[in-house]
Amino acid sequence: MYSENFQKSLKAVEAARKENIACEPKRMTAQEKEKLLASYHPDYKKSEFKTLSFGPNKGEEVPTELCEMLQAHSRISANDIDLNDIKYDVDVLIIGGGGAGTAAAIEADNAGAKTMIVTKLRMGDANTMMAEGGIQAADKPNDSPAIHFVDAFGGGHYAAKRELLAKLVCDAPEAIQWLNDLGVEFDKEPDGTMITTHGGGTSRKRMHAAKDYSGAEIMRTLRDEVLNRGIEVVDFTSAIELILDENGKAAGAVLMNMETKELMVAKAKTVIIATGGAGRMHYQGFPTSNHYGATADGLVLGYRAGAKLLYADTLQYHPTGAAYPQQIFGALVTEKVRSLGAKLVNRDGKVFMHPLETRDVAAASIIRECSDRKEGVDTGNGEAVWLDTPMIEAIGGDGTIEKRIPAMMRMFASYGIDIRKEPILVYPTLHYQNGGLDINVDGMTPNVENLYVAGEAVGGIHGRNRLMGNSLLDIIVFGRNAGKNAAARSKDVKVGKLTLDHIAKFDEERKSAGVDTDAVSPMLLPDYRRK
Amino acid sequence: MENMVNIYLFGKQYSVPDDLTIMRAMEYAGYQLVRGCGCRNGFCGACATIYRIKGDKELKTCLACQTKVEDNMYVATLPFFPLVKEVYDIEKVKPTEQIMMQLYPEIYACVGCNACTKSCTQGLNVMQYIAYAQRGEFEKCAEESFDCVMCGVCSSRCPAGISHPQVAMLARRLNGKYLAPKTEHLENRIKEIKDGTFTELIENLMGKPIEEIKELYNNREIEK
Repeated sequence: MYSENFQKSLKAVEAARKENIACEPKRMTAQEKEKLLASYHPDYKKSEFKTLSFGPNKGEEVPTELCEMLQAHSRISANDIDLNDIKYDVDVLIIGGGGAGTAAAIEADNAGAKTMIVTKLRMGDANTMMAEGGIQAADKPNDSPAIHFVDAFGGGHYAAKRELLAKLVCDAPEAIQWLNDLGVEFDKEPDGTMITTHGGGTSRKRMHAAKDYSGAEIMRTLRDEVLNRGIEVVDFTSAIELILDENGKAAGAVLMNMETKELMVAKAKTVIIATGGAGRMHYQGFPTSNHYGATADGLVLGYRAGAKLLYADTLQYHPTGAAYPQQIFGALVTEKVRSLGAKLVNRDGKVFMHPLETRDVAAASIIRECSDRKEGVDTGNGEAVWLDTPMIEAIGGDGTIEKRIPAMMRMFASYGIDIRKEPILVYPTLHYQNGGLDINVDGMTPNVENLYVAGEAVGGIHGRNRLMGNSLLDIIVFGRNAGKNAAARSKDVKVGKLTLDHIAKFDEERKSAGVDTDAVSPMLLPDYRRK
Repeated sequence: MENMVNIYLFGKQYSVPDDLTIMRAMEYAGYQLVRGCGCRNGFCGACATIYRIKGDKELKTCLACQTKVEDNMYVATLPFFPLVKEVYDIEKVKPTEQIMMQLYPEIYACVGCNACTKSCTQGLNVMQYIAYAQRGEFEKCAEESFDCVMCGVCSSRCPAGISHPQVAMLARRLNGKYLAPKTEHLENRIKEIKDGTFTELIENLMGKPIEEIKELYNNREIEK
């Protein structure tokens, strides 16, 4: 139920609905897109970025908030902990218990490596759990990995590392099969054909889904499998510093119990950073669709130990974050809502763009509508545009919403909004870290030996923008890949003497660069207490 | 001016704005959450919460991130509940009634009190999906339980000690792996990739100048 303030605009949306359903808005040309992005996308707002003064990416720009964390002090100094007092000694240490971390753990365990997951919340409290829309794979007869490649490469502004992207698209069908064999449910026709839809920027319908709980269905199954295998999981424990050996190779991490603050040493032959994204850094003051622990920890740990970042200046603002009511501000409204036929409509009931442009273009277009064009709806907490959900039932028939996007229906119903009958208000929300640590195709960082990265903490798989459904895919493909390779490599690794010398070295670099800061990192959790 | 309400967090009174969720209200009151907070969006089940409105006899349950505070609300969070999780080898189990009898025999001790259903934070018909599990109707159990976030509130209310979310998890995996129809086009594509059907196409893209890929991208045919 919307209050009186919204009624005039709501009536305009309803009045135009029939016509809006019929209209097929033009897609933007490459030139139009470029101009739109440069003018309205947050990544292009120079004042919100800062140049790194030292470290592996010295001279490059990153978001101001990330710059502070990357250049900050460690939470410890080398004297705070005895590296001979080893609490955990494993082959493969995985930092992060989301989709990439668990996929890696299952494969590492499969390969016979002694594997451990450390996670600062619980296993599964992760962005994977909240991925709603689906997972891409070119497995239909009219599709191919090459078409998938072109879609993703173009959508990512031709910046993806091609060898990573080629692996992503070529391993995609097998990733789906792997999940299905673990018992992950997918939406299928009675004959087994996958029910697939478009995502923004796809040229074929290759979005596989499990209703709008796609990520949750994948995550809970992977978690169950990790538990079945008896893989050690240390929860409510963060990694606050990598440990290197005397030869500069990754050899473990300093862990901290999140509740008691106890410090512990985990020694490992190989380390996989699978710490996910950074939405809780709230770049440029944006709300986020991310889970509570998305604070770029892995980027900080890796950077301090000498690993290079790639495209850390590019973030994904999901075009449709919930803008109203206030209680769910920033929560994800899955792109699948648009895949199923809902269009974006402005204050006057006008469709202002094709609903399935790529995410960066859609976000910029909504920001333009709400700023210079003054066509946004005032929510009392900022401007927003309508996402006309009743169109879905008009196109797909009664019951489509309940069957295909039950989570969305439930989320808004909690606040008295029936999305089958009423449209919803949306505005871009900070959703995904396009950039991250640079890796080779085997998943290892080029600069720090025995250090692997998987999932959202990686940069370069998608380029400078990511298509819907390629993230659930990347955590599986590159999670498995990292797990297999880290396990195989661990068989030949002889760990040298453990050191934390890189902390002091990093402090020296900071001093030489003339950077004065009191900040410590990684952030671990945001602080939402009333100030 | 914000409208304030009185709430009681673990029995202690705080005054908080009435438009906050329980989770935000805890933070407003000064709690730095470590436990009982995961996705903050209703998917992870970390913030199971039990509450009672003063003067009301009924205990209610919810997810703290999805529920607004009310005046005179007594709140206790349930950040962990000791569910029973039995381990099994998914490759070796079979989708028959026996597997439930073997792993989760307590489901047959269900007394039909329906406390699980009444307490479900997702509004699921929990007792019904347990009934399906008892009968080995895993497809129905999977469908009925699909929206479960495994918060564990149902189990906390169960006099028979059933770990409903874990029972449903097993049913869904059995259904996904063994009962749901196989996907022929997926198997075909995997074979094609293994056979190298696309190798040349991909290699061609790997070496293609960006301008040529731009042409391909900007002029690609988009499936209706």
